[in-house]
Amino acid sequence: MRTRVEVEEQTEVGDALVRGLVRAQLGLALRLATVVMSAVLVILASGRLFPVLITTAVFGIRLNWLLLAVLSYPLLYVVGRLYVRLAEQGERDIVRVVDEEP
Amino acid sequence: MTGASSVALTAAALLAAAVATVALGVYGGRLSRTTSDFLVASRTVGSRWNAAAISGEYLSAASFLGVAGLVAKYGADALWYPIGFTAGYLGLLMFVAAPLRRSGAYTVPDFTEFRLASPRLRTATMLFVVVICVLYLVPQYQGAGLTLNILLGLPFWIGPVAVAAIVIANVVGGGMRSVTFVQAFQYWLKLTAIAIPALTLLALFVADRPPLGGPLPPRVDEHTTVAIQTDVVVQVDVPDGVTVSGTLDGRPVQDTRITSAGEYTLGAGTTVTLAAGAATPVVAGAPSTGDEWIGSGGGLGGAHPLYQVLSIIVATFLGTMGLPHVLVRFYTNPDGRAARRTALAVIALLSVFYAFPTLMGVFARLYVPQLLITGTADAAVLLMPQAAIAGLPGQLLAALAAAGAIAAFLATSSGLLVSVAGALATDVLRGRVRDFRTAALIGGALPLPLALAASTLELSRNVGLVFAVAASTLCPLLVLGIWWRGLTAAGAVCGLLAGGIASGAAAALTLVGGLDDTLLGGWPAVLAGYPAMFSVPLAFVVMIVASRITRAAIPADTSRVFARMHLPERLGMSVERVPGD
Repeated sequence: MRTRVEVEEQTEVGDALVRGLVRAQLGLALRLATVVMSAVLVILASGRLFPVLITTAVFGIRLNWLLLAVLSYPLLYVVGRLYVRLAEQGERDIVRVVDEEP
Repeated sequence: MTGASSVALTAAALLAAAVATVALGVYGGRLSRTTSDFLVASRTVGSRWNAAAISGEYLSAASFLGVAGLVAKYGADALWYPIGFTAGYLGLLMFVAAPLRRSGAYTVPDFTEFRLASPRLRTATMLFVVVICVLYLVPQYQGAGLTLNILLGLPFWIGPVAVAAIVIANVVGGGMRSVTFVQAFQYWLKLTAIAIPALTLLALFVADRPPLGGPLPPRVDEHTTVAIQTDVVVQVDVPDGVTVSGTLDGRPVQDTRITSAGEYTLGAGTTVTLAAGAATPVVAGAPSTGDEWIGSGGGLGGAHPLYQVLSIIVATFLGTMGLPHVLVRFYTNPDGRAARRTALAVIALLSVFYAFPTLMGVFARLYVPQLLITGTADAAVLLMPQAAIAGLPGQLLAALAAAGAIAAFLATSSGLLVSVAGALATDVLRGRVRDFRTAALIGGALPLPLALAASTLELSRNVGLVFAVAASTLCPLLVLGIWWRGLTAAGAVCGLLAGGIASGAAAALTLVGGLDDTLLGGWPAVLAGYPAMFSVPLAFVVMIVASRITRAAIPADTSRVFARMHLPERLGMSVERVPGD
């Protein structure tokens, strides 16, 4: 259990492990946040650049309403779900590294 | 519009909802003896229950009434408010939930002490917790005033005073805080209270399919009289059938027909009469024709619509991370993993809920277009059931919606007041139960004058301002505190002050009356009304720069603190903090 002790006692190896985890989790969050913000900007820009998108109706609902009032919510949930899965995977990896003898 | 029987029915529903909330609060107070008891014991709450409880406390007057009002008035661009209110939990999930829970801290001020060990920063954070909660209480009180005024014809001030009295009595007398199942029950109550009327109206809408877009403003179906209570400028597109008694453009008039399209100023006390089939005048600045309303890009009244929408997105996407009454519930998760799952479940619950206020906003244009004249479109959810459905069914649906609204004010207000009182009692006073009660009394009374003096009655817009303050203060503090080792106590205080003063001054300006829309191309008014776009980056930049300058003061044990916040609990690094340590 040498690695566990290294993490707990803040040795260089332990600190490097924590830094790696923090960087990975932050990178994951930032990448997914970028995906969401890109979607937001595309929705904002499409309404202004291509007015035809606003006047088109799908299933009797205008496209801009369909995007904003209906489809944006599943997008938020799917991104959140992806984050939870990948973040937990990252944590499992570090637990495995710490628990296994090097 | 409202007969004696429906007033009695509505009054009974309001009373029943209020009594039920107070009774549940008292019951909950019995179960949890002290703050410490509640927080520590509840660190076993499952993520589904916790998510329902968080949603129950979060869905306030702004969500229940305000979203529908804004959608009715401004159309497609107003849809960004409910999206932002939901997306805030994605930000919370990705940047705050798990590390905050693993820090073991039980409030935001406590987190800052854990992270940077600075009493001065703790005090500054506590101050902003109080400011955010007090500002957030203002629209709750306003919503109550609006509801009682519209439904029962009571003077506006009675609602705020009544809700303040109930909430203060509840928090002072009933104990610390409702237990999880009471809050979870609140979510399902609010969902039912808005879903049943919305689905009924949807069935009605699908049956006759009236047009929503089109080149004309919405029309009233029958002869309608509208009383104007505060001065308002309206846009008249089609003057046929519109008569005015009272003050028109500053001149006294009696049964005067409006003869040409244009903008008119209606004084307080004026009555507007619309003949059956007449097109409704609309508050100036809001889209009047169906085509303008259904299209994107019109903004929410005033100049620079794209800036408005971007600023709303910044404020709402980031503001949830800084709402003290939401964060406090995240400490009740058993571990960081459960905290993430809770946030994800909240996104699902809110997505379901917001479908209904959005529908109600759309239908408001069809069934109660006269609300667009007075600007009190927030009343749409309350008035629509009776306007669209005749007789007892309509009255019952209206009573249900009213009960949901009062539950929304009371639940959110109680949660906010507990957060204010908790912060004041532990960090300013000496943390005894008596101090908590004093703090609750002060915290509950503070928003009253603001609620009565505030000029704008758009609940979601006022809540949006509070989100901007939260996004400019506690959000950068938490995000940088969790992810950046370079943060120092001095840097955090500077950033809090910069973001807090910028956004707080803008919010105060807008709440007391706003700026003239015509000044300097409308920019000052728009910047004050939607400050997040500049105040959030300002707070981040000041916090980072000031921390770099004072980098000698980075605490020596930062590595240990980071290991504790980010490593999974299994590795045995986390330590639970309890009040009074």
